[in-house]
Amino acid sequence: MYDFSTIAELTAEAEKAGLPISSIVISREANESQKTYDEVVAQMRHSWHTMKDAIDKGINNPQKSVSGLTGGDAPKIYSMLNASAGKSYLGELACCACAGAVAVAEVSAGMGRIVACPTAGSCGIVPGALYAAHRYKIKNDEPIVRSLFTAAGFGMIIDEMACIAGAEGGCQAECGTAAAMAAAALTELAGGNPEAVAHAAALALKNLLGLACDPVAGLVEVPCIKRNGFIAVHALTASDMAISGIRSVIPPDEVVMAMKEIGDQLPLALKETAGGGLAATPTGRRLKEQIFGKQTE
Amino acid sequence: MHGVFDIVGPIMIGPSSSHTAGACRLGLMSRAILGSQPFTATIELVGSFAATYRGHGTDRAIIAGLLGMSPEDERLPHAFDIAQEMGLTYSFIPVRKSGVHPNTAIIRLTDKDGHTVRVEGASVGGGNIMITELDGFRLELSGTLPSIIIAHLDRPGVIANITHLIAEAGGNIASVRDIREKRGQTALVVIEMDDELPPVYVERIASSRHILTAFTVPKL
Repeated sequence: MYDFSTIAELTAEAEKAGLPISSIVISREANESQKTYDEVVAQMRHSWHTMKDAIDKGINNPQKSVSGLTGGDAPKIYSMLNASAGKSYLGELACCACAGAVAVAEVSAGMGRIVACPTAGSCGIVPGALYAAHRYKIKNDEPIVRSLFTAAGFGMIIDEMACIAGAEGGCQAECGTAAAMAAAALTELAGGNPEAVAHAAALALKNLLGLACDPVAGLVEVPCIKRNGFIAVHALTASDMAISGIRSVIPPDEVVMAMKEIGDQLPLALKETAGGGLAATPTGRRLKEQIFGKQTE
Repeated sequence: MHGVFDIVGPIMIGPSSSHTAGACRLGLMSRAILGSQPFTATIELVGSFAATYRGHGTDRAIIAGLLGMSPEDERLPHAFDIAQEMGLTYSFIPVRKSGVHPNTAIIRLTDKDGHTVRVEGASVGGGNIMITELDGFRLELSGTLPSIIIAHLDRPGVIANITHLIAEAGGNIASVRDIREKRGQTALVVIEMDDELPPVYVERIASSRHILTAFTVPKL
């Protein structure tokens, strides 16, 4: 039976079996959960459809967040695909990834249904990146569904070796992990071998090391929603680098350990406590007061 | 290591796994412990829950759970309206309490027949919860498996008798946690099972010597 606890082990299992990483992760999950291969894939298909529904809702039926602070940005970026296409530097695919990611994050902030991936705060990154790949490269849903297992495999390892919660390791743990997951999935979809997939994940995570979790008023909105859009595009970059043959000088598992170490060193004020960074700016404080009223601490 | 669907998942109503999905599950678990539709609910919120509950929809999520909705139920944002339709009156009170998890709620429920329950629990991350107090008894209940909750007198052989009955039912125990308040007085045991124990065996446990009450709580 396949098992892994590090990226090196996961990559080695896939190479030894001559299979993509997704196959290793599906087999392990089927075994662990006592379900069939097909049942596990069917469950992921449901998750993928939930992701696509959220993208559709965020772009076509935008809502304000509960606090009123955010909402409605996804259709704006999406308009860069059509109306303002001539002015876009990113181009259609990357703009679509950005819009999809913001859409899902906005749906979440508006109390809509999303798939935590790996968390609710980072829920737009993987769907946005994969939606763009789906729309412009891989029309069939099945490879996308399979690639979500590749994403999950990296998320599981990072969760086990380090952490995936902003409150524990800062945003680098939350959105950084989502970036690694998205980059890994994209690279497998683009035909990268397991080594390239692992390095795409490493490159994506490496470039987000140190990222603080400092949301205004402690709400998963500012800067989280737009950050989901940025990082979906970031994942595309990491995948292109890995497919082109670029490798992370620091091996993937060591990058994960570095993330953990930085997370441990980050001050509490930058771990989802709304005590520092953007949350502690004059505007951040004013918005908090506006939303929650004056708190008598 | 977590499974695939803990990482790509859960499917949930946003915006926060701890402040929304976990809050909903605290409500669901409290409802399961009450064992009926709540009629009134008083909910005290502590720490981060108290500070940010309105922005995260924590209040609506708890009410949704009390009404039996799961964290992925798209009616969750409309829980207040649905509560009104279903005749549930509720109030939220932010309180200060030290020495507890920052995402703690204390939920007091009454049903139509006057049954009451006081449940204290925390949303501990990723939508997971831990119930830490039930009607003044300390306990640890996560809802990840079907559980049996038994209040009993602290006497020799009580646990042996309970586990004997479970063995007779062919049930397999995943964990047992027994916490007594004081030696020789009362204690509460939470037994997590791989599968739900048939009601007839729950009855037999409940009517055994030194047992004050026994009931099951399904897996969330």
